[in-house]
Amino acid sequence: MTAKGVGARLPRKEDRRFLLGQGEYVANIRLPGMLEVAFVRSPMAHARIRSIGRLPNVFTAADLTGVKAIRAVSSVKGFKPSEQPILASGKVRQVGELVAMCVAPTRAEAEDLAESVELDLEELPAVVDMLEARTNPPSLVHEEWGDNVFLESLTDDDMSSVKKKATVKVRRTIRTARQHMSPMEGRGVVCEWNRRLDQLVMYTAAQMPHINRAGLAECLGIDQGSIRVIAPDVGGGFGYKGILLPEEVALAWLCRKLGRPVRWIEDRREQLSANANCREHHYDITVYADAKGKLLGIDCEATVDSGAYSSYPFSACLEGAQVSSILPGPYKMERFRCRTWSVATNKPPILPYRGVARTGVCFALELMVDAVARELKMEPHEVRLANLVQPGDMPYNNITKKHFDSGDYPEAVRRAAKMIDVAAIRKEQAKNGRVRIGVGFSIFCEQAAHGTSVYYGWGIPMVPGHEQCSARLSPDGVLELRIGAHSHGQGMETTMAQVASTVLGIDPANVRLVHGDTGLTPYSTGTWGSRSMVMSGGAVAAACDVIAARVKAIASKLMEVSSADLVLEDGHVHVAGTDRRLSLAEVAHTWYRRPQLLPADVDPAGLEATAGYKAKVDTGTFSYACHAAKVAVDTETGHVEILDYVIVEDGGVLVNPMIADGQVFGGTAQGVGTALYEEMPYDPQGQPLATTLADYLLPSATEVPSIRIDHIETPSPYTRFGQKGIGEGGAIAPPAAIANAVNDALAPLGVEITESPLTPRRIVEALMRRT
Amino acid sequence: MKPARFDYERAVDVSSAIGSLNGDCKVLAGGQSLGPMLNLRIAQPSRLVDVRLMEELRAASEDAASVTLGACVTHAQIEDRRVPDPSRGFMPFVASRIAYRAVRNRGTIGGSLAHADPAADWPTALALLGGSAIIQGKAGRREAPLDRFVTGLFSTVLADGELLVALKIPKLSAQARWGYWKFCRKAGEFAQAIGGALSDPASGRVRAVIGSVQGAPHVIIDAARCDPEAEAAKVCSDPYDRRLHAVALARAFAQLEEPR
Repeated sequence: MTAKGVGARLPRKEDRRFLLGQGEYVANIRLPGMLEVAFVRSPMAHARIRSIGRLPNVFTAADLTGVKAIRAVSSVKGFKPSEQPILASGKVRQVGELVAMCVAPTRAEAEDLAESVELDLEELPAVVDMLEARTNPPSLVHEEWGDNVFLESLTDDDMSSVKKKATVKVRRTIRTARQHMSPMEGRGVVCEWNRRLDQLVMYTAAQMPHINRAGLAECLGIDQGSIRVIAPDVGGGFGYKGILLPEEVALAWLCRKLGRPVRWIEDRREQLSANANCREHHYDITVYADAKGKLLGIDCEATVDSGAYSSYPFSACLEGAQVSSILPGPYKMERFRCRTWSVATNKPPILPYRGVARTGVCFALELMVDAVARELKMEPHEVRLANLVQPGDMPYNNITKKHFDSGDYPEAVRRAAKMIDVAAIRKEQAKNGRVRIGVGFSIFCEQAAHGTSVYYGWGIPMVPGHEQCSARLSPDGVLELRIGAHSHGQGMETTMAQVASTVLGIDPANVRLVHGDTGLTPYSTGTWGSRSMVMSGGAVAAACDVIAARVKAIASKLMEVSSADLVLEDGHVHVAGTDRRLSLAEVAHTWYRRPQLLPADVDPAGLEATAGYKAKVDTGTFSYACHAAKVAVDTETGHVEILDYVIVEDGGVLVNPMIADGQVFGGTAQGVGTALYEEMPYDPQGQPLATTLADYLLPSATEVPSIRIDHIETPSPYTRFGQKGIGEGGAIAPPAAIANAVNDALAPLGVEITESPLTPRRIVEALMRRT
Repeated sequence: MKPARFDYERAVDVSSAIGSLNGDCKVLAGGQSLGPMLNLRIAQPSRLVDVRLMEELRAASEDAASVTLGACVTHAQIEDRRVPDPSRGFMPFVASRIAYRAVRNRGTIGGSLAHADPAADWPTALALLGGSAIIQGKAGRREAPLDRFVTGLFSTVLADGELLVALKIPKLSAQARWGYWKFCRKAGEFAQAIGGALSDPASGRVRAVIGSVQGAPHVIIDAARCDPEAEAAKVCSDPYDRRLHAVALARAFAQLEEPR
């Protein structure tokens, strides 16, 4: 580790502009002559469109000739693709679906126009409940399917042996609420058609600009070179900005049609009522265990409410189908059977929110582990210790063939149990009265940066291969790194510079990251799946390796020494063991300004190189963490206070431990929301009932506890520096840890809650049912 | 979302404000509720009459028996005790727990009361304290008792064309004690249940109130021996709501006994 390279707690280079309010987001961009767009959105969840009133400056599906619907397909057998029209035609399938596009000089006037558009809809029965959608559908979301199931999957196994052996059999119904992802910045699009380049230039709040470009090209029927997508500063993504938006396609068409720049900035109400759904799972799950708490087998039926459409590049079964491969988590077992349904309903598409499927899976599995512990009167962390994959097993292929790269899972549990002090809490519980104390654990593994071998089987529009970086040493010795991933909170301007610093010995202050622009960066599937530090970090290192070799080749000529004797350190090329050195700037200056000094056989590619990276084993890194929560439950009001929260996390080698802590804190805050606050209910007609932030409760600073983090750093054997992806983990474990703590507090009263969020009403009503 | 078009008028004195109060206009007193309602187009008035800069509505005064607060005194002024407190700390306590400081800097006591959101603090807290609302209409000035000012969900005794000018609140005696307990899902949110209790040995009275109910706050004039469960049952049908409101009232009563 160098002072500023991989492993350093380097302050974030990007923070100065963010803290001074000088970031540039889509809504800060104003182009000359720009017009504003507001959409007419469907007021009904399911209806046939009889007519849409025609008005000047209002555009409907009939106007968008040549624009194709969004088709986010998978080649998985049995998958039924949806066609998401850019503007609704025929019928509407969710409240908030785009019906018409209204253009005016200001947003207020565009909204006036939208209000005046007359809509004649014939209401159809809405498909709202996912179980009913499958078993007793009130209607069909996509008539041509014949049912409401995007995909059914079965991981089969013979459970008879474990049924025979089991001392305990625990069966539960577990539900997680439909939620929103809530980045500080909503979505937004500004675009214009550049006549000189005959090119669409689109600024959009996006996590994967190259994927948006590909999707736009498919829908608009134009080549990808005629589209440039720029994601400027983006105020949080969490998966919400990892899809192609119908709004993007509509505005792309509009700016060309009008010959004027146009913009649409999503407001919070659109975000809440029409766009940002995620996470709704239902489990009917049975766990078999022996008398010592050893898990023998799991039998599960899981249903995921996928909403009306599959979003591009793919959303519909990402959660449902993954449940059957990730449900066993970090535990060993003999048998595993899981059937899943990804169900279509008249709700917005379910999008892959931070933790994608894992948050629900962790909630289901970890609640079951605690249920087993209570049944056997064992300490919950002891049951976990009895079942976790062991460090000696690594690398380990689990029952669903997930390949664990490294780690010491039991150590994470032992440390968490010690930090939260289970023994002290057990003593404190003797005094439980109106307010009851409880402790809860959860542990998970987070597969990250998984690549080709994992995704090709999905047959979706986005299969990651090699990740690339273009590096260029400028004439003044400043290094530019161009990557196709996007940083929207992850601090990549800092961490990528740290990687370059480790390879080239350059000061991170002299490194500039160029990202978020398809016109300037290599193709990439973008930022998702906690992959950037592994994949882009690997690519940056690979490109810097090439630059390093070329710098040495030039320096060896200038200094008349062998390349092998040169080392890169402190911004200089040193002759090892001497005080002779040349700065990177001097080497660069020679290449660009004084080429007469260069050797005849110099590499003509110069100080600019594109290199690619893929992990040695591309099934992904497995980071993991054990979370432990101590809570106080007011049994009269149902209020839950988090008294203590500890996390023992293993993200492999941490490139910047401070940024890793920040990722964990932020994710945990979101997990607290999932556990206790966030819920998007729908009425029987499919109307969303939490359409403002007064109704949709997000945890704020007051509700997020102080979090204590301890790190284990087990290197991944497969990545460049041993780093692992950890972007999502914080958001995975808290709902289970907190629910387990609440159940630990309430168990003596005969209450166990298996539905998130654990609202005061749910808690009090459960208590009232018992008394 | 952006508001629908409206005209804006800044009133300079009470009589000109009254003159402007006709048709579907709305009074803007702090804008912390009205602002979002305009943006969501739930409220679409043709005109906003901004009363925030009128001296009389910003004034605070006191005499031996009472304190008079202009309708546009902000929650923050009360919280910071920048205006006289008739209530032995009760009003600053209530004010300090309204939403967030940013809201308290702009939100006003009269605006909140006239808006009459049942989940807001002032409709309930002022019903407990009693006193009177000073109201100006075209026909002149009148007073209305504060414990009957709010008549239901978002409705008050204010008639069309009337403006809430000030609140005249009696001073509590040195022996008076109060309790105020509200349940919010999270810090800064509107309350789901409010309980308030006031015991003043000087008058021999114990008053109580249950707030954040479907209609007007439920005032219990002689609360010395009231049963919180039974009182909550009068105003809440849902069992969970009933429980929460009973707990709020019981905890407010308990505060009367706590050392402070």
